[in-house]
Amino acid sequence: MARSVTTGRKITATIVAWVVALIIFFPILYTIITSLKTEPEAIAGFNLIPSGTFENYINVQTQSDYLKPFMNSVILSVGSTILALIIAIPGAWAMAFSPTKRTKDVLMWMLSTKMMPAVAVLVPIYLLFRDFGLLDSRIGLTVMLTLINLPIVVWMLYTYFREIPGEILEASRMDGAGLWQEIVYVLTPMAVPGIASTLLLNIILAWNESFWSIRLTTTNAAPLTAFIASFSSPQGLFWAKLSAASTMAIAPILILGWFSQKQLVRGLTFGAVK
Amino acid sequence: MATQNTKTLARLMMAPSVLLLLVWMIVPLAMTLWFSFQNYNLLDPSSDGFAGFFNYEFFYTDPAFFQSIWNTLVIVGGVLLITVVGGIAIGLLLDQPIFGQGIVRILVISPFFVMPPVAALIWKNLIMHPGYGVFADIANLLGLQPVDWFAQYPLFSIVIIVAWQWLPFATLILLTALQSLDSEQKEAAEMDGANFFNRFIYLVLPHLARSITVVILIQTIFLLGVYAEILVTTNGGPGYASTNIAFLIYRTALLGYDVGGASAGGIIAVILANIVAIFLMRAVGKNLDR
Amino acid sequence: MGSITLRHVSKTFGEAKVIPDINLEINDGEFVVFVGPSGCGKSTLLRLIAGLEDVSGGQILINGKEVTAAAPAARGLAMVFQSYALYPHMTVRNNIGFPLKMAKMDKAAIDKKVEAAANVLNLTDYLERRPSQLSGGQRQRVAIGRAIVREPSAFLFDEPLSNLDAALRGTMRLEISDLHNQLKTTMVYVTHDQIEAMTMADKIVVLNRGNIEQVGSPLELYKSPRNLFVAGFIGSPRMNFIEGAYAQSRNAKTVGVRPEHLILSKESGLWTGTVTVAEHLGADTFLHANVDGFGPITARVDGEFGVKHGDRVYMTPDESKLHRFDDKGLALGNAVVAA
Repeated sequence: MARSVTTGRKITATIVAWVVALIIFFPILYTIITSLKTEPEAIAGFNLIPSGTFENYINVQTQSDYLKPFMNSVILSVGSTILALIIAIPGAWAMAFSPTKRTKDVLMWMLSTKMMPAVAVLVPIYLLFRDFGLLDSRIGLTVMLTLINLPIVVWMLYTYFREIPGEILEASRMDGAGLWQEIVYVLTPMAVPGIASTLLLNIILAWNESFWSIRLTTTNAAPLTAFIASFSSPQGLFWAKLSAASTMAIAPILILGWFSQKQLVRGLTFGAVK
Repeated sequence: MATQNTKTLARLMMAPSVLLLLVWMIVPLAMTLWFSFQNYNLLDPSSDGFAGFFNYEFFYTDPAFFQSIWNTLVIVGGVLLITVVGGIAIGLLLDQPIFGQGIVRILVISPFFVMPPVAALIWKNLIMHPGYGVFADIANLLGLQPVDWFAQYPLFSIVIIVAWQWLPFATLILLTALQSLDSEQKEAAEMDGANFFNRFIYLVLPHLARSITVVILIQTIFLLGVYAEILVTTNGGPGYASTNIAFLIYRTALLGYDVGGASAGGIIAVILANIVAIFLMRAVGKNLDR
Repeated sequence: MGSITLRHVSKTFGEAKVIPDINLEINDGEFVVFVGPSGCGKSTLLRLIAGLEDVSGGQILINGKEVTAAAPAARGLAMVFQSYALYPHMTVRNNIGFPLKMAKMDKAAIDKKVEAAANVLNLTDYLERRPSQLSGGQRQRVAIGRAIVREPSAFLFDEPLSNLDAALRGTMRLEISDLHNQLKTTMVYVTHDQIEAMTMADKIVVLNRGNIEQVGSPLELYKSPRNLFVAGFIGSPRMNFIEGAYAQSRNAKTVGVRPEHLILSKESGLWTGTVTVAEHLGADTFLHANVDGFGPITARVDGEFGVKHGDRVYMTPDESKLHRFDDKGLALGNAVVAA
């Protein structure tokens, strides 16, 4: 936009954009506000100004042991992401730097596994988990999350690695770097940003995964998704407490998410939109 | 530099990912296929053996089946319509120079990071609750009778919640695409006398076509399997009014303990997903050739 | 020391024979330019010398030693890439010092050499910056610096100036020539720009479709091109080619006359034409004229020769500088001029 925009037009656009943005954000905002209300306040009609109590947050911990599902979420999302990276990095690396005629087919096939509807394999997975004693275990769910996100991880890494220009590798070879030195001094530093982006996006995806994490856990390994879903049973109108639990469940990932807008586009469209 | 040696190494490096995904794809799917032709009920061990197409017939003749297919289509179609149209509109809005663009972007993108059970609970209790929700408060203010959304319009309510979750995704991708539109092209069109409407039809929309395709296909993959939102809000009801295919299979399998029937439903879901997948793979595959 | 010898070198990519068979001798200290249109195999040839591609047949010798199968780093060559190929995560200092670090030189010695190179290339103030903070010309100099510190037996340049704007290209051309005069090291330089070839080279190798069309000094190529391709490629503006009766009267299929070898007049001459465009460069004017009987001809005249679109002009070719070609496009007996 080289030309100057009239201030009037900019102000109009600003107002419209802010109104739209606030409407979209409103449910989250209202949840945060409600979490700071007392229970009677929470059901006393529309009110944007809470009394500012923190007792709900304390109650969520003391009455429902919030920390346990929270730790499960952290362990499961980080664990499955690191596992997926360990498996995917060599593969993506090989496909990006020594591609063959079949590389494209392999990538497309990996993508296709992502399209299998989860419910279609619910029964066998459930039975296998039951028979192997993996139901409600962190290990079982970690493996599950690793598998369902592996295609996206491979794809994201592949698109990042492929952007490392070939001439740089050739330059390092001319400069006398051996394979090991090439990896340590040239490739790794250039690949780290891509790996970090992949890590970030995958943690978000694993944290929010709400099919397997609800179906394959009950109490011990239940992450926040399952914990929150259990609030759906009508135990009563503890809305302020519910709001506090919700706020705590989404806050960490919301903040991570704000930092990963670009990677999100790329990762979720398999590199088709950048 | 592809000597025989590096080729072998490359294969070795790819092996873990490929093998894992191969097992992950084949084993459960083969089991589902096998179960779908068996009499297998977790509550009734006495019934077993080959069932032929009985499970498919059972699933197919269940009135809930067609209802759930219809509901699946309504959810996918409704959400796509809202998110694509809304995404283009908001994308165009955010592509303008505005004050506080960074914060506006963050606000708009946020719902995408809200885990589905939380999204469903917020909407169910804080927004759409007939007694204490914000919508009810607004209705009361206007002197109207509050609507019991999940009893009266269960499917529509679910569409709204899911659309709220996916609108940011569509917006973000379409905005990214809009920003990649060459501003000289826009200026050239302006010089050629095209007004805003014409620029949108002849310049912006064709430029967005690819991204819109990608948004539609990727969302469809996820929308076919909407689950947590239904579980938390309506639990598929009233009756089967808000049960989609995914939820029906879950009901058959884990509430009805009918492994055979659920497996048959699973195979049907795979076939449906494959139809979408073929189109998505084409769109993404083209990108590889660039 | 840096002589390079290619013996029957060939390269095929799958079905495509990019370089059928090339023999070439590059002497120590020479500035050799490979020039040709895009896709002529000049970059491939350079990469074969560098060892970045394996030859399909033939031998490569450096300083008389066979290196056909040697790794790139073992050949003692340094390369400057078209995209500069700087390491984006390293400072200028570390970029230039990288090959020395790979050679396990100690830190103090590396610093000394890097600073000496930076001094030569005017990069001293930028040593702690990253490539992304530098201008195009500075990046180019860092890439050259990285090549210099290795004290290679020969430098390889792969279209190093093609990403720079016209003014900077002129400056860098001078700097590279100057560097060659200082170092007196063999340089092999690939470009598609015949001006770069003419101004920098001791020896030009004109390539077309993987074959060497001609090897020679810039003036040899200019004065006696061996065939139509070289005649048309070397020299700017391009040589005019005339066929038909006039060519036959000179016992040739085609006659070539350079724009600067036409004598222009407003009164009389052998040919008459109408000026279509006059490009005034100041000192010179390029006249594009439609000559009766031949069609478009370009002539180079003195800037003072005032004509404009639509004027009638007369021109006479300098017969002593005519180039004649047979029906295979080969130059016919270089009878007209002595080199």
